Parts: sequence; C-alpha cells; structure tokens
Amino acid sequence: MTVRERLRQNISAAFYRHGLLCASYPVPIILFTSASILTCCYPLLKLPLPGTGPVEFTTGVRDYSVPSHGTQGDLGERPDWYRGPPVAYIQQVLVKAAVSPWDSSLVPVDVFRSPLGRVFSLLEEIRDHVYTDRSLESLCLQVTDLLPGLRRMQSLLPEHGCLLVSPGNYWQNRRDMFDSDPDILKTVHQHEPKGLHTSATLKDLLFGVPGKSTGVSLYSKKRVVTYTITIALSSYDARFVASLRARLKQLHPSTNCSLREDHMVHVHFKEEIGIAELIPLVTTYIILFAYIYFSTRKIDMVKSKWGLALAAVVTVLSSLLMSVGLCSLFGLTPTLNGGEIFPYLVVVIGLENVLVLTKSVVSTPVDLEVKLRIAQGLSSESWSIMKNMATELVIILIGYFTLVPAIQEFCLFAVVGLVSDFFLQMFFFTTVLSIDIRRMELADLNRRLPAEAGMPPPKPGPLRPREAPPPSRPSPHTITLQAPAFRNLRLPKRLRVVYFLARTRLAQRIIMVGTVIWIGILVYTDPAGLRTYLAAQVSEQSPLGEAGLPPHLGVAPVFPGGDPTSTLNVLPAPEPTPLPENQSQGHGEARSGPAPLTSPQITWGSEDEEVWRRLSFRYWPSLFSYYNITLAKRYISILPVIPVTLHLSPQEAIETRHPQDTQHAPRTSAKTTELQADLTLYKVAALGLFAGVLLVLLLFCLYRVLCPRNYGQNGVQHGRRRRGDLPCDEYGYSPPVSEISPLLLRGHSMDIECLANDGMLLASCCLAGQIRVWDAQTGDCLTVIPNNGLRRSSSSGCWEHRDGWDPSSPARNASTPIMDNEHPLRRRTTPVRPALFGDQPDLTPLIDTNFGEVPPSQMMPGCGFDFGELVERAYKEHEASPPLPFPPSPPAARQRRRSLGDQSVAPPEQVLLAPWDWDSSVWSMELRGNLIAAGRSSGKLELWDAVEGSLRCCNEDGSSGITALAFLNNRIVAARLNGSLDFFTVDIHKPLGLLQYRGPPGRASLPPSPCYSSEDVISCQLTRSVQCAHQKPITVLRAAAGRVVTGSQDHTVRVYRLEDSCCLFTLQGHAGGITAIYIDQTMVLASGGQDGAICLWDVLTGSRVSHVYGHRGDVTSLVCTTSCVLSSGLDDLICIWDRSTGIKLYSIQQEVGCGASLGVISESLLVTGGQGCVSFWDLNYGDLLQTVYLGQSGEGQPVRQLLVLDNAAIVCDFGSELSLVYVPSVLEKLD
Amino acid sequence: LANDRLSGNGVALRGPYISMITNHTTNLLIRGGMLFVVGVFLALVLNLLQVQRNVTLFPPDVISSVFSSAWWVPPCCGTASALIGLLYPCIDRHLGEPHKLKREWSSVMRCVAVFVGINHASAKVDFANNVQLSLTLAALSVGLWWTFDRSRSGFGMGVAVALLATLATQLLVYNGVFQYTSPDFLYIRSWLPCIFFAGVITMGNIGRQLALYECKFVQEKIHQD
Repeated sequence: MTVRERLRQNISAAFYRHGLLCASYPVPIILFTSASILTCCYPLLKLPLPGTGPVEFTTGVRDYSVPSHGTQGDLGERPDWYRGPPVAYIQQVLVKAAVSPWDSSLVPVDVFRSPLGRVFSLLEEIRDHVYTDRSLESLCLQVTDLLPGLRRMQSLLPEHGCLLVSPGNYWQNRRDMFDSDPDILKTVHQHEPKGLHTSATLKDLLFGVPGKSTGVSLYSKKRVVTYTITIALSSYDARFVASLRARLKQLHPSTNCSLREDHMVHVHFKEEIGIAELIPLVTTYIILFAYIYFSTRKIDMVKSKWGLALAAVVTVLSSLLMSVGLCSLFGLTPTLNGGEIFPYLVVVIGLENVLVLTKSVVSTPVDLEVKLRIAQGLSSESWSIMKNMATELVIILIGYFTLVPAIQEFCLFAVVGLVSDFFLQMFFFTTVLSIDIRRMELADLNRRLPAEAGMPPPKPGPLRPREAPPPSRPSPHTITLQAPAFRNLRLPKRLRVVYFLARTRLAQRIIMVGTVIWIGILVYTDPAGLRTYLAAQVSEQSPLGEAGLPPHLGVAPVFPGGDPTSTLNVLPAPEPTPLPENQSQGHGEARSGPAPLTSPQITWGSEDEEVWRRLSFRYWPSLFSYYNITLAKRYISILPVIPVTLHLSPQEAIETRHPQDTQHAPRTSAKTTELQADLTLYKVAALGLFAGVLLVLLLFCLYRVLCPRNYGQNGVQHGRRRRGDLPCDEYGYSPPVSEISPLLLRGHSMDIECLANDGMLLASCCLAGQIRVWDAQTGDCLTVIPNNGLRRSSSSGCWEHRDGWDPSSPARNASTPIMDNEHPLRRRTTPVRPALFGDQPDLTPLIDTNFGEVPPSQMMPGCGFDFGELVERAYKEHEASPPLPFPPSPPAARQRRRSLGDQSVAPPEQVLLAPWDWDSSVWSMELRGNLIAAGRSSGKLELWDAVEGSLRCCNEDGSSGITALAFLNNRIVAARLNGSLDFFTVDIHKPLGLLQYRGPPGRASLPPSPCYSSEDVISCQLTRSVQCAHQKPITVLRAAAGRVVTGSQDHTVRVYRLEDSCCLFTLQGHAGGITAIYIDQTMVLASGGQDGAICLWDVLTGSRVSHVYGHRGDVTSLVCTTSCVLSSGLDDLICIWDRSTGIKLYSIQQEVGCGASLGVISESLLVTGGQGCVSFWDLNYGDLLQTVYLGQSGEGQPVRQLLVLDNAAIVCDFGSELSLVYVPSVLEKLD
Repeated sequence: LANDRLSGNGVALRGPYISMITNHTTNLLIRGGMLFVVGVFLALVLNLLQVQRNVTLFPPDVISSVFSSAWWVPPCCGTASALIGLLYPCIDRHLGEPHKLKREWSSVMRCVAVFVGINHASAKVDFANNVQLSLTLAALSVGLWWTFDRSRSGFGMGVAVALLATLATQLLVYNGVFQYTSPDFLYIRSWLPCIFFAGVITMGNIGRQLALYECKFVQEKIHQD
C-alpha cells in the first residue's frame, strides 16, 4: 500500500511539473510536437497511395524464372508482390482476319463470318500442338465448375478442362454449330447485359479485344475482324510456348508485323472493395463518428468548444498516423486493410483521456493562475490516467499472446498508437488546453470589467488583443456608444479570418488543388491504373494508353531456346500444307492491298502488342472469378502476344455463307445495331435525368425534414416541452433539480399585473389594483395600498379584508373626520393570510385604537415588533423628525406609522373624496427610491410613498389612460393611450431638515436613486405634454441615459431627450407595432415589433444598425448585454443574437405562456421562467445550469413576468403570488 | 389569462394519471421501435460480414447479398434486441440496483463499435483452429462486458440469452430450417454463443441508455406528485 501511495505521489508530482512546463512554454512545445508528428509520419510517404488499380512489373522473357517465395534481399526495383508463381501465365493469340480483295458481290455478313469460322481450325491447331512430349493439356490451367450463380454461362465458358477462351466458345467450339448458325450477330449479342456495366462483358471476355474493335458488325468500315484466343497456362514452359509461337507464325505469317516479343508483363491485382464490403465499413465509420461526436460534445466550460474538439480529434488521428509510420519504419508493413481496422483503433485509443483532462482542468479554482490550474488538473487525474493506460496495455499484451497473426498485428499497432496518443495528450493537448484556458481567462477579464464601473480605466492594448475594449459604464448622460462603423473595424481576429476564408473560398480551393494533386500523383505512380481505367471507361478505341507507355528497350528478340526461326527448324513442323493457298493469297493480297479502294488492310501496330490493356482492368479478375479463383493480392504473367494474320478469299467467304445471310436485309440489321447504340444513349440520358430528378426530390425532402421552417437558424430546434418534462438544454441534458424553496410573497388576491423594483424595495400590483410593497431582501410585506374601487365594491366579498375590518373599525371612525377634509391621504392595510403569518403574535389587543388620545411618546415602546431593519430605521428617523407639514393632522400621521410597524391591520379609509375615480385600475407602475409612481387607466398619475403607503402627490392633468411610465431621476414620463406623452417633474421641497433616508450603509453601492423622505413635500408638475407623440397608442416606454424612448402601434420608435422633452429621432423600420424596447446606460437601443423583427439602433445618429427577423409573432421582451441581444417572442422562443453581427447564436424553447419571462442576472447568466419553475442558463454556451421549482406542488403556473433585482435575486410572478428566489450558490461561482 | 389558468388546472386535475399511462406506453413503444430498428440494421450488416467470408471476389449482386439470409432472420434479431433492450432496464429496476457505470452515449457508441469489431474479427481474421477462435471471442466478449457493463444482472442475462439462442439455432439447424455454409459443426457452436453474449450486452447497453430518459421523466413525475 505504501508503495502504491508513493507511486501515486510520484506520478502526481511528475504530472504537476509537466503541467507547469506545458503551460509555461506553449509555443515551443507545440512546435516540438508538430515536428515529432511529422518525423513519425515521414515513413508513410513510402506507403503506396490508396487505389485499387492493378500494378505492373515487366521482366524479360529470356531469363525468366519463377520468382521464389522467400524474401531474398531486394532485387532492385522488384516489387514485393512479385514472389512465388503467378496464378496463371496468359498466352494470347491475336488474330486479325480479313476477306480480301473485297468486291461488291459480298454481303456485309461476309466481313466476319468466314474470318470467325477460321477460329476453329486455329483452336484445333493450338490444342493439338505438341512439343516433345508436352501438350497444351498438360500445361494449361485446369478449371473446374463455374460458380453456381453462372449457370447461364455454362455453355459458353469452358468447364472441367483447359481455360482456353476464344470467340469459338459461342458455338461451343464446334464448327458445325457455327455453320448452322443463321445469325451470328444475334448469337454474339444475346448474352450482352442490358443495362450499363463497367466490368467485362461476355463479348469482351470471349473476343479478348474491346467490343468496338472486333469488327464483328455489319457496319465496320475497315472490314477487319480482330479477336484473340486466350490460353491460361498453369506453368511456364519456355520451349513449348516458343514452338507454339513459331508454328502459328509459320502457318499464318504476318508480314509487316514487328511486335516485340521479349517482355513479359506481370500484373498484380489489389484487393477490390465491393459495395457489399463497403457497407460494414461505412457502418463502422458511422459508429466511429457518432462516438467522436458524443465524446467531444462533453467538452464544456472552455473558451472554444470547437477548437478543443478539433484538438482532441487531431490528437487521436495523428497518434494513429504516428503508429503506422513508426511501425512501417521498423519494417512492420501493414498487411491488414488499414481502412478496416482504423475505426477500431480509434475506439480502442479513445478520446476519454482528453475529456477527463479537460474536465479536471476546468474544475480547478478559477482564480488560480493558468499554469497552476493546468498543473493541478493534470496531477489530480494523473493516477487514473496512468491506471487506465496500464490496463489497456495489459489487455493489448494479452491480445498479443493469442498468436493469431492478424490480432497480433492489430495489437502491435494499438500499443504503438496508445503510447503515441499518450505522448500527444501530454504534450499537444495539454498545451492547447492551457492556451484555451488562458484565452477564457482573458475573456472573463473583459467581461468583468464593465461591472467594475468607475474603477481604473480599462488597461489598453496588449492585454486584450482579441476583443474590442469593453465600454466602460458611463454616467447617464455621457455618450460613449461606439459608432457601428467603428465597431465593424474592430472585428475579432478570429472572425476576420473566417470572413477572409469565406470571401476567398480558400478551403474549397485548397481541397480542389489537393484533389488534383492526388489524382496527378496517382497517375504518375500508377500508369497502369490510369491507362486501364481510361481504356475501359473513357474511350475504348483511342490508343491513348499506348501513348503513355514507356518506350521499351530495344532488346534483340531472342528466345531462351534461340531464334524463333531456329526453333522452327528444330520443330517437327507438321505439314504447313493445309493452308498453302491462304498463305500465298495473303501475301499477294497484302501486297496488292492498296490497289483496290475498298480492300481491307491488315496492319500491325504497337497498339496490338498488349491488347489486354485496352480492356477493362477487371477483365482478368472477372474471367478468373467465374471459376472462383481470386486475383486479389496475386498476380498473373502475360506472355507476349502471338500475332496471326488471316487473309481469306472472297470465294471462301461465299462458300461459308449461311443461306440466311443473304436473305437478311443488311440494312435492317445495321439499323438495329445502330438503333441499339442510340437506344443505349437514350437510356443513359433518361437514367441520368431520372437520377437527377430523384436527387433533387431527395434533397428537397431532406431539406424539408431537416430545416422545417427556420432555415439558417443555427442551434438545435427544441421540441416544445410537454408539461412535466424536465427542462433541458439542447443536448437533452438536465441538470439536477435544486429544491430551493423560494420566498413566497403572498397577499395578492388576483394575478399580478405590474412589477417594479428599486433594489431594496419591490412593488407589485395585481389585477385587483392592490399595490403591495415588499422588502426585496427579506420578502416581508411593507405596505399595502389597496385599490379603492375594489375596496368599495367588494368589501364584503373578500375574507382577508374582512379580517382587518372589525377590530379596527373604531380607528376608521377616528380617522374619518381627518381624512375627510384633506386630499393627500394615506391608506394602508396588511390583509395577511393567517397561514403565512400565523407564527407572529397577534398584536391586535395591544393596539390602542384610540389614536387621537395616545401621546406620541408612548408609541415607541409599542413598536417592539421587529419588522425589518429598514422600516424600523425609517421610523426611528421619522420619530425624530418633526411631523409632516402638509397633513394637517400630525398625530394621526404618526399613529398611522406606528400601526404599520405593529403589523396591525389598519382599515382603509372608506369614505373618500368625491372626485376620486375608484374604478380605474393601475396600468403601469414605477418605483424609484421610495416613491411609487402609478399610472391609472383614468389618466391619473399618483405618487405613493412606498414605505408608508401614503399618497404623496396626484396629478390629474391627463384624461387618457397611462399605458406606460418611466421614472428617471426626478422626472416622470407618462405615455397615454391617446398617443400623447407627458413629462412631469417631481419637486421635493425639503421642509425643515435635510434628513434624507439613504438606506443602510451596506447598500450605499446601489445606484443612487432619489430618495424622498416622508417629510418632504412632493409635488408633481406637468412640465410638458407632447400631444400626438404618436398617432396610435404608445405601447412601450423606456428611459435611460437621458433619453426617453417610446414605441407605439404606429410602427415607429421615437427618441426624446429627457431634459427638454425634445423629440430627437423618429425611428422607422418596423413593419408592425412596437412591442418591446430596450435601452440602457450605454445607449444601446433595441426594439422589437409585432412583425417579429428586432432592430438595433444607433441612438446618436438615429440609424439602424441591424435588423433581424427572429420570431413568429410579437417580440415580447428584449434585453441586451455587452455581447448579445436576447429576445423572446409570442412563439415562446428565446433567441440569443450576437450583438455586433446580428447572427443568431442559439434559441431556447420556452413553455407556453412563459415566453416573455426572461432576465439577465449578469453578463453570462440568463434566467427564464417555466411552468412553476425558473431555469438558469449559461448565456455563453446555452447550457442549462439549474432549474429551481417555485412551489412544492408540481402543477406550476407559468411564470409570466420575471424581474432581476440588484442583489442577484429574482422575482417572478407566480399566479397571485410572488416568488423571491436567490440565485443558487452553485451559480455564484460562475460569476 | 384566467382562462389559461383554468384550463391548466383542469388538465392538472385529471391529467397526471392518464398522461402517465400514455406517456409510459408510448415511451415503451418508441424505445422498442428504436431497438428493433437497431437490431435489424446490425443483423443485416453483420450478416453481410459473415457472408463475405465465403465470397471471394465480386459478389454478383449486392442487394441479394445484403438480403442473403432468410427473410425472417433480421426481424427475429430486431425483435430479440427490442426485448432484451427493454428487459435490461426492467431487471435493473426490479433488482433495485440501477446501472451506474458510464451512462453516456459515447460509451454506448464505443460498445457498439467493439461489438461490430468482434463480429469483424470473427468473420475476417483467420484463426488457426476453432478452439482459438472461440477462446479469443469469449475473451473479447467478457472484456466487452467488463468494460461497458460490469453488472451481475447483465452478465447473467447475457449468458442465459446466449445459451437459449444457441440452443434455438441448433434446434432450427437440426430441423433443417436452415443450414450453415460451413459444415463444421464445432465451428458454429463455438462462435455463436460469444456473438450472442456480446450482442446481448450491447443491446442492453443501448436499452438502458434509452431508458435513462424515461427514468428522468418518471422521477420528474414523482417529484411533481
């Protein structure tokens, strides 16, 4: 155990030092690793390029001997496949035959009938040829059955005997069948496959020359028939072959033939991959990619996910390449199919270590130095990494001892791969990770700077080369917004690179050039591949391949046995008499050939030397495959061709005619062949068209399936969540649900309509018109301002009101006369639910309801009920201060205050002034300092004291309902339903002292908001009213940075200056009414409309910066951060846009009805509401961090509004309740 | 607004049970369907691998070689894999020992890749004799179990299913329903159980991973209730 511990310590210490090293010198280490990767991959250059074309090797015929199996040294350029005997020696007899002289009495069929007929005598000759005691029968390749699937070819290909292929096979090598065949063309063509094909057809196989050059057609102009007799020999007997050659040459001499006969070509065939073999291969690759995808997806919390994923993949791939390179360096040439074992190697090596490393480094404390973070992360995972590595090595070693060669080889590769992968992880990936972490830290720094407002000015330049300096938070009236043009100049480098790439299409060009180079290299290194390919596919008759042939050496044509002529002399030379007339005729005709115009001319050119080159490169494999003989990874040796020239006289041609030949109208048959050719063309065209249409349809369907409606929106489209499903991020990952019980603020009887906050206080207004003020810290209800109209109408209906009524009816009576004759009245009540405040002492008996008689000195001890520091302090201050000047009855006011502190239930004043409009409801509300501004539907603007619940001021200048309010500094802007905009000034007359409630010292850092003490006389005067600010009702009103921005249903946004209420701009650009506006201190202005569009504006110039369509339906809310814009719409989708480019980053599907509820707590934390829960998201990556359930009962009501307080708490409405949620502590780390 | 709330409450009142049932069954069906498809696909591909062992060059027809086996083989494999994939999480739940090891898709993908690799090895690698083949395959299968499963229930289930499946195939062979290309009886017997075992482990892994979603859902339900 101690040894283990010590080992562990040593390992972790070593890793720690290594981490320090990597993080300290990233660039040299990356250079070093790249260099080592390149050196290790260098041996790969020697490996052959992938390609399946056959490879050739030429040797002389003279000193040929069968290569031995062993690896005797390396004999110069001898390829490594050239070992052991070939599968077969191929001897081809190339026959060119023509009827000459041609005269007009001959019919087209005569062109090929009699020349083809000669094949039988030739075959006989070859078969019967005997040299000493050897016959063809003993030398040739004996074949057995055809493959079971080729029964229809049974009559056409030889079985159970020599593999000897000639056109005679069509007639089973029987002359009588040929003579009785009425239509040769039909016989030949009936076996042709109908469709398109690339492999050798039967006609190619039997004729041994490309179909068009056979001359077997009614249409040929040259009137020369060409075919080969192909003999496969199993063993090579030089003298037998030479004698056969001499014999045939003697019988049918070719006068002007100068074919070289001194080279033997060995053709090696590679393993061919059929489609059937590709399917498993493709499957394994698909699985491999899925594995890589699922693995790299887990990389998290880093600056660039893609970069790290790429680094991980590069690590694995280059370790594979290194292993192959190293293995081939040490002489272990891969015999396994690399492509097949590759996926398994990747899976064995795996990406796990990389992920573990990343996770461990990321989870180290953020405030550490990067170096230390890397080192700590490495050392904490060192033990597990080493353990895994050792386990894998042991497993592979076990595999090595299975003694199966293939598995051993795989294991060897895997071991080298594992070691090199470890090396790369340690050096390459760790360094990349350190660079990434450093980048993230810089970004963090950038992000945090704006928060530290008023702190030292942002350090310039070198620290943050990548991003534009963050806008420091200015004081409200200084304008530091960057002009859009300026911003464009300062694009991040990364983006600039991307744009450059996109502009110049660099990637495509590089790929194209690479492909071209690859093809070129293939052509150069593998001429046979190109030539056969061309011969097979591009043009079957052009001798293009021949042109590329390297010129052969001019070796004297000497046979091992001596000169062919001498061999001939040695030969028994069986009677050359059978064809004397032919021979003489041939000579004569050949000489007199050019004289008649139409006489066919037999010429021998260099293209006839290797006829098989012009065939499909699958010619030999397919011929042998019919007999279940594979040529893959084996080779055949092709002997020099034996030329045979046949000249036939017209008489002979006429004699061999079939009676039907003349009856056949040559034209029709010619037509049919032509028609056939035409038909193939049409077929090809039709097929191509069909395939094209199909492809388009398929792509269309794919397009419809994959990008249903929101094309171009990157980010995964979320399915709408069902009720009760866990909210999850785009990967389907749901973080643990945290059971934080939020503070429930109960008291409202109906749904909450308006919410306003000012850091410390929170005001809410429900549909019933009741306004409640809460302490944002503790969640206590401070004040209740009932709606008078409701009070009057539903006084008997509401039980909670009832509770408060009876005990305090005397008080009501007492205060009635006072309230009767004064206008600015204060009403408050705390209709508490017993369930919530049941643990609090019932103080009603303590309350002395006879307010008028109790002296103020006795009040103090009475307020022993601690109800929040804030309120108590306020009251103490108020105690010391003289009574308010404007309420005529100071004692009453004081007693009011005390009753509030007691948490007693004070009755509302029921009897009120006549002009009071009770039925009006609160349409808008704002809270600043301790003043609540409430705009009513009647057009009345009221200012309430938030702490005391007293109406401080009321303005009834307008009659149209106030739809929106903005309260900034000492100004209130009210937007009315009729489209007018009223600017009010709130004046504070400090009556006596300058006592101002400023809040506890701890909260001094809160944004300075005007605080009004209850002693101030507050008046609210209409300074200016802009009639017809908009033609239609104003829907949104926002004020910040000295600007007031209004949005209306008339599709325009207007910007006013707050000081002089002067209209600066009218911003047009929306195609629907404005529904959301965002403006903040940095003068970022964003607006969203009913058309689903979001516009970003430059407040300085009034120009539109960007315009994006984000939502189907209205945009319901908009928030901007320094880097992005968040919008939510009626489609319950929250979209996050990049602010500078207007590119959508991702979107989050919200639950129904919760679309508008979103808030940004910090630059990187987003809060959204859901069915009874709120979710926290990482704004940078769109990851769901946490979900907090608001109520214990699962049936959550949707969170419709959500407000972020300054102290990182959020308030959301929850039906008739409010929920105060403190941001969970887990999340605080993030910030 | 109020309407919304009312209807929401209504759903909540009678919703949970019905939605639970429907969700459960639909969930089961979806999972079963996915597993079936995966099983059929793997059966086709792996069968192709096995077929290739006997075809030397140029299979005359790709399509026919893809469907070279009898038509009922892929559906059988699909059904079996669906059953196994659904059974695994079920057993886990009943035993009360939820699967803890590496519950993520990348690990599942790795498992599938190793399974295909085992098949590949059995089809492509030339072994000296059958004992070697079967031993190697057995070691690989157990290695697969150790790497990706490590649960006793998984091992037991794998062994049981492998034995049953081998028995069933042998019965089929005896009854002449189909025959193997290779006449070597021992050869068949040796590699078949290992492949079955590895397949069971793989399908179980997939099934458990799929069931993870349902588990989450049920937990959520319980939490809500």
